Amino acid sequence: MTKSDASIEIRDLYKIFGNAPKHYVEAVRNGLSKADLANKHGHILGLNNINIVIPAGKIQVIMGLSGSGKSTLIRHINRLIEPTAGSIVIDGRDILGMSELELREFRRNRTAMVFQNFALLPHRTVIDNVTFGLEVRGFDKARSRETGMRWIDRVGLLGFENRYPDELSGGMKQRVGLARALSSDASILMMDEAYSALDPLIRTDMQTMLLDLQMELKKTIVFITHDLDEALRLGDRIVILRDGTIVQQGDGQDILLRPADDYIQRFVKDVNRGRFIKVEAVMDEAPRADSTSLPRLKVSTTLEVAAKELTNSPYDEAIVVDVVGKPMGLVSLRQITAALSATGETDRKKVELTLK
Amino acid sequence: MDWFFKFPQLSPELLLAVTRTVDGSLRTLTRAYGDSIEAFFKPLFYFLVFIENMMSNAPWPIVVFAMAGIAWIVARNWVAVAAVIGTLLLIGLLGLWLDTMKTISLVLSSTLFAIAIGIPLGIVMNRFKNVAGVMRAVLDVMQTMPPFVYLIPVVMLLGIGRVPGFIAVVIYAIPPIIRLTDLGIRLVEKEVLEAADAYGCSRWQKLWKVQMPLAMPTIMAGINQTIMMALAMVVIASMIGVQGLGLNVLQAIANQYFTQGIFSGFAIVGIAIIFDRISQAYGRRLQKHRGAGRD
Repeated sequence: MTKSDASIEIRDLYKIFGNAPKHYVEAVRNGLSKADLANKHGHILGLNNINIVIPAGKIQVIMGLSGSGKSTLIRHINRLIEPTAGSIVIDGRDILGMSELELREFRRNRTAMVFQNFALLPHRTVIDNVTFGLEVRGFDKARSRETGMRWIDRVGLLGFENRYPDELSGGMKQRVGLARALSSDASILMMDEAYSALDPLIRTDMQTMLLDLQMELKKTIVFITHDLDEALRLGDRIVILRDGTIVQQGDGQDILLRPADDYIQRFVKDVNRGRFIKVEAVMDEAPRADSTSLPRLKVSTTLEVAAKELTNSPYDEAIVVDVVGKPMGLVSLRQITAALSATGETDRKKVELTLK
Repeated sequence: MDWFFKFPQLSPELLLAVTRTVDGSLRTLTRAYGDSIEAFFKPLFYFLVFIENMMSNAPWPIVVFAMAGIAWIVARNWVAVAAVIGTLLLIGLLGLWLDTMKTISLVLSSTLFAIAIGIPLGIVMNRFKNVAGVMRAVLDVMQTMPPFVYLIPVVMLLGIGRVPGFIAVVIYAIPPIIRLTDLGIRLVEKEVLEAADAYGCSRWQKLWKVQMPLAMPTIMAGINQTIMMALAMVVIASMIGVQGLGLNVLQAIANQYFTQGIFSGFAIVGIAIIFDRISQAYGRRLQKHRGAGRD
């Protein structure tokens, strides 16, 4: 298993759809709005000044509603869509400078993609779908099959390898899609709303599977979704897009506790905060010396769990400790309930207070 | 007001001159190159004669067995096999065996030829958008032109017989396979094509591993139509010396042999049904795992 060394740097990326897109880049840079560009010039602004640095081996979620440009953005990473302006550097290589042949090699060896509607080949069996990427590369058939079977087993489809896609349920089809992506052993995994077409329960299963796989594989994963719960569950880092522009960038705690504007505030409102916010995000640092008798909570404990633990203990405060058990800070039940019930507005004030 | 009631047509002298020039030059062309054109098509002639002889000289039980075997391999359906055997036996009993073999051999060879040229042309039409416009216009003309008109230039260049008949049949029958190949490739889902690109397919790999297999059911519908049109044209082509069931019908019309006409007509319907059912059954078999993959 190759450990991912592929970081992705997207800088000053613009995508304008229309007959003469290059012509309008300068105007958009200088502040021409999406509406004006559409109404006065008949061009659609797809992506506007996108800057993202995706570290290797992390899950980067790109979130947005339909029409926000998230699917357009992910297709720039393997150049299924050509940018109008900007640069994309992957693992030190400028992918926009690649020739057609180099690009094909890059797609074969470095990237793999999972699609919203699975995009399986209906005339091929599961195993032949899974080994498609290897077959395209001209690999030996027996060896490809072996690799393919290993991944079919890994995604839990053993015994289905000779079935056709139309004989499988949606969740199973997407497992095939995932196995196809994984068997190509690419360091970058692109998932374009991969779980959006699935039932909620199956979606949760698939998320768990992806997180388990990622612990071992450490690929650079770019995950597109319109679901904030999914984004918070999977994303090491999250980018929120709206109308082709980045509204906020950060980890889940940032988005929940410090939403950048009302738009994100509206998203955040419906999220189960207790399941995503972690104790270290609301604790006071530097614990008091006399507090050694207090119960201890491990770092990364969610508020949901922390609240339960504290309610069941005689204390209303707990010490937050890091992975080796060293104290990091002190969190009170009052702080937890405040963070659980708070809207973003009060959160922001609270954060400002603690910063002082 | 004379011009209002009588259409102001071009002067008869001019029209006559145009007709004469075109016909004259075509005739000169024929006289000058007729032999070389014929020599050029000689291999085709031998090929057609070979196929025809093979089918008419083969012992009838072998032919029936072979056709039933093809029906089974292609359709995997006992009803289709039984229909093939029944129809062929009935045709033989009516004394039309030889004529039927001649007709089937021409239909088969012209269909194979039409497929061999039509599918690549359909692929070209799909890939090059500017060629597609021209091709579509040509195909429109080909499909609306009365079939008899095809016969005229072919006869002028090549005289009467198998080769001109074959050419007229191929020209008449080729449009559906071209169009439906193009259509089939166009109907392939965009996301699947994206997947092919994302996994680094070259153009050929995309065509052979993704587009063609997924277009196959549509292409089969085109092949089915091509066979039916070839069969229809083989009958018309009897006017330029193509032998077989069509010639029987032609004689029956000329001499008012009602029963002969009906028998031959039914024989044509019989083989039409065989060809149609077999190719459709094959199309359905191809369809089995396709299309349903997108829910």
